[in-house]
Amino acid sequence: MTAVEERPTTEVGQPRKRKEDERLITGRTRWTDNLTLPGMLHLAMARSPMAHARITSVDADQARQAPGVLAVLTGADLAEVQGELPNAWMLTPEQKAPSHPSVAVDRVAFAGEIVAVVVARSAAEARDAVELVDVDYEELPVALDLKAAAADETLAHPDLGTNVSAVRTFDSAEEGTGGDVDEAIAKARDGGVVIEREYRQQRLIPAFMEPRSIVVDPTGEQLTVWSSTQVPHFVKIFISLVLGVPEHKVRVIAPDVGGGFGGKLQFTPEEALTVIAARRTGRPCKYTESRSESMMSGHHGRDQWQTLTLAADRDGTVTGLKVELLADMGAYLGLVTSAIPFLGALMFNGIYKFPAYRWTCTNVFTNKTWTDAYRGAGRPEATFAIERLMDELAAELDMDPLEVREKNWIKHDEFPFTTVAGLHYDSGNYEAATERAKELLGYDELRREQTERRDNNDPVQLGIGISTYTEMCGLAPSRWLGSMGYVGGGWEHGSVRVLPTGKVEVVAGTSPHGQGHETAWSQIVADRLGVAFEDIEVLHGDTQIAARGLDTYGSRSLAVGAMAVLAAADKVIEKARPIAAHLMEASPDDLEFSEGQFKVKGTDTAKALGDVAFAVFQGHDLPDDVDRSLDADATFDPDTFSFPHGTHLCAVEVDTETGGTSIRKYVCVDDVGAVVNPLIVEGQVHGGVVQGVAQALFEEAVHDEAGTLVSASLVDYLVPVAADMPTFDTDRTETPSVTNPLGVKGVGEAGTIASTPAVVNAIVDALRPMGVRDVPMPCSPHRVWQAIESASNGGAA
Amino acid sequence: MTRINVDVDGVAYSDEVEPRMTLVQYLRDVLGKTGTVVGCDTSNCGSCTVHLDGRSVKSCAVLAVQADGHSVTTIEGLATNGELHPVQQAFHDTHALQCGFCTPGMIMQSLDLLQDNPSPDETEIREGLEGNLCRCTGYQNIVRAVQQAASSAGGAS
Repeated sequence: MTAVEERPTTEVGQPRKRKEDERLITGRTRWTDNLTLPGMLHLAMARSPMAHARITSVDADQARQAPGVLAVLTGADLAEVQGELPNAWMLTPEQKAPSHPSVAVDRVAFAGEIVAVVVARSAAEARDAVELVDVDYEELPVALDLKAAAADETLAHPDLGTNVSAVRTFDSAEEGTGGDVDEAIAKARDGGVVIEREYRQQRLIPAFMEPRSIVVDPTGEQLTVWSSTQVPHFVKIFISLVLGVPEHKVRVIAPDVGGGFGGKLQFTPEEALTVIAARRTGRPCKYTESRSESMMSGHHGRDQWQTLTLAADRDGTVTGLKVELLADMGAYLGLVTSAIPFLGALMFNGIYKFPAYRWTCTNVFTNKTWTDAYRGAGRPEATFAIERLMDELAAELDMDPLEVREKNWIKHDEFPFTTVAGLHYDSGNYEAATERAKELLGYDELRREQTERRDNNDPVQLGIGISTYTEMCGLAPSRWLGSMGYVGGGWEHGSVRVLPTGKVEVVAGTSPHGQGHETAWSQIVADRLGVAFEDIEVLHGDTQIAARGLDTYGSRSLAVGAMAVLAAADKVIEKARPIAAHLMEASPDDLEFSEGQFKVKGTDTAKALGDVAFAVFQGHDLPDDVDRSLDADATFDPDTFSFPHGTHLCAVEVDTETGGTSIRKYVCVDDVGAVVNPLIVEGQVHGGVVQGVAQALFEEAVHDEAGTLVSASLVDYLVPVAADMPTFDTDRTETPSVTNPLGVKGVGEAGTIASTPAVVNAIVDALRPMGVRDVPMPCSPHRVWQAIESASNGGAA
Repeated sequence: MTRINVDVDGVAYSDEVEPRMTLVQYLRDVLGKTGTVVGCDTSNCGSCTVHLDGRSVKSCAVLAVQADGHSVTTIEGLATNGELHPVQQAFHDTHALQCGFCTPGMIMQSLDLLQDNPSPDETEIREGLEGNLCRCTGYQNIVRAVQQAASSAGGAS
């Protein structure tokens, strides 16, 4: 654990407007699809319309003759060279996975899987020729329903012999972190309360706004790859490992990237195939997906059944929690597919001090697009479950849901706290965030209005939804990741270079795609080096510039990446110190560094960092043993995660006659530790909350009985529009993390993790007097209406 | 191939285009005006919004040949002499963009909205932007940007 530093700041904490904006608001952007290179060819993909079928023949002759076509590559053509797409997490040592080719060779396992690649002079010619690729399929039975698939009723991959990829279990009694959950449940059945529920986390699509695009230039000594990816460093190493291109011959650039939300945390078949096509033809190649291709073939998120048992005493004290997860992997394992439900399983206990916990996570294959990280990655699912359960417990005991929560949550003077799941929570103050949220919402007043509406049988009922969440942020500790089955590490790298004119270049191993790192990292370095915000340039997203890095996901960039940058800045100061001392004929120990100046203590003699940099550049008068540069590299690998938290409260009006819902007020008080730029933090909260609300109300990836994704366009997949959303009231409390020197946590995923249960809890709260106990997501008017109907017909909805 | 004459951001162009070429393909692939982007294939996302004779259109849903004899303004034609347009400035001031992919379309649609209604209230702004999707901002700061642009223009854009 690191103590948070007490230092005066002038930049950190300020709502600086973003450096990134100017090019983005004027159209001077560098999206991958903007690139045109001399002689560039275009790829289009022939994709399987079948969810599960044997490929009996692929006839590409006609396509090969089509105008402008240079090549058509089939699975048979590439079987020996395409390698296997990677999965980087062994949930168990016995984890099963099917082979995962970029282009299917003899069998397809989901609708949208690539069966042939057309390379042509123009994108239009390539797409035209795709229509001429004639593939014969022999249909195979499809495994679509998750529960049926878990029971191996139909096999998604007959060769595997089972659909179950892995089963992992955790038991607090066995691990020594708590008691025996079965005992707790048995006891609660005899005089206490047992809440048993089953919740569905529907399948979602990340739906980043920029469709993925790849350009590969094979003409130089190095293969240069531009990709709209969150993870250029991953793409580089996997081009090497999967396709056999020597690592030092690959350069990957993530230029402007239009959103990701986990959806661009992948090494994709399209990336591999564009590399193959460029190397085969010797010409630059581009592939840009259409929106429907993006929705069909880009990885999906969520998709779980959760079977939950919560045991409690009659006073509301929870005594145990049992969680059984069925998680849909889809057809293949992507980079971290198998770990997503596991990352959630560590956190079903949420902010609470449960004495006993057991989880089982069963990962199952189906014939659908594979799943992987999507904003929150396991934690939204966990938070939904526990926050719904706490409401159900409160209802069962006729207590206020906030009171039940407070009875069970970790008090702020109990941090740091090791949970029953074995995680070390760094800091938090749930009392403060909740108090503030209640005040902002007008909690007591709305409860009074709710009572009135109930008493008057108002057709429009009011519900108040609560979500007191925490999440693990800053995917890092390399040792921990290794011990949990991940093949990679979690450190981060940063460099700081003071140029001869005193300007500063910061090189970050993280790779932003909307998060504003250029601005925030500038603020951090400006404070540290005493250099003007405007005099700092942040470089990233190019493996030739940022040679080392592990990229951006899991709310890790600030809590891990920026700390590496900060450490590099400190190294620069220490490199400059003996030089400054030499120039001022003083002892290094007599110098203090502040506001960009080395000062000889107790005198007026001073030397600016920029002056030292110029002296280093000249090299005329330096001590013998110093480097001729003010450049420094550093890495950061924290001991543990950081755990932001917050309280979101949501008031929803539900029209009991139509099932229509309307968010009347939404209040979020988030505690993300110390804040570098409140403007950016607030923006992350807004966007995050909307993605979570979208899960509650609108979005669902729907397949038909044949396994075709029918919500494969933005007509059918309901990404919210402005008119669907209210204005959110945001505020913060600030409990610094103790895992890093700035006391920061992370904010990228918080809103999405918090908001889904807040909305659903509000809808159920509104309808509880009518006998409604649940509404399956997305809570469309039809589903809300059905829940009311079913409850009024005597069934518990 | 059909010959078209189009004014784009104040420059007159004359080109032979395929009849099936969309306006956004013409802007991006023929003229290299890549500030306007494509986010979907069903005219839902609005990322490709430009102005045709001063009114917003989704340039993926207009054929290049339909622009013949007309004038097109894209995001690249808004700033004058290095001065941001008030709507661009407002997007910057209020942090109304994150990844920025939807931003060109969002700004062009906001302008259109303000032409129709120089002093829109929040509901009118949200409804006026219904044809433009943003996945990052949750729209709240986009609404603020339009409000700021409206007030800075004194109710006229």
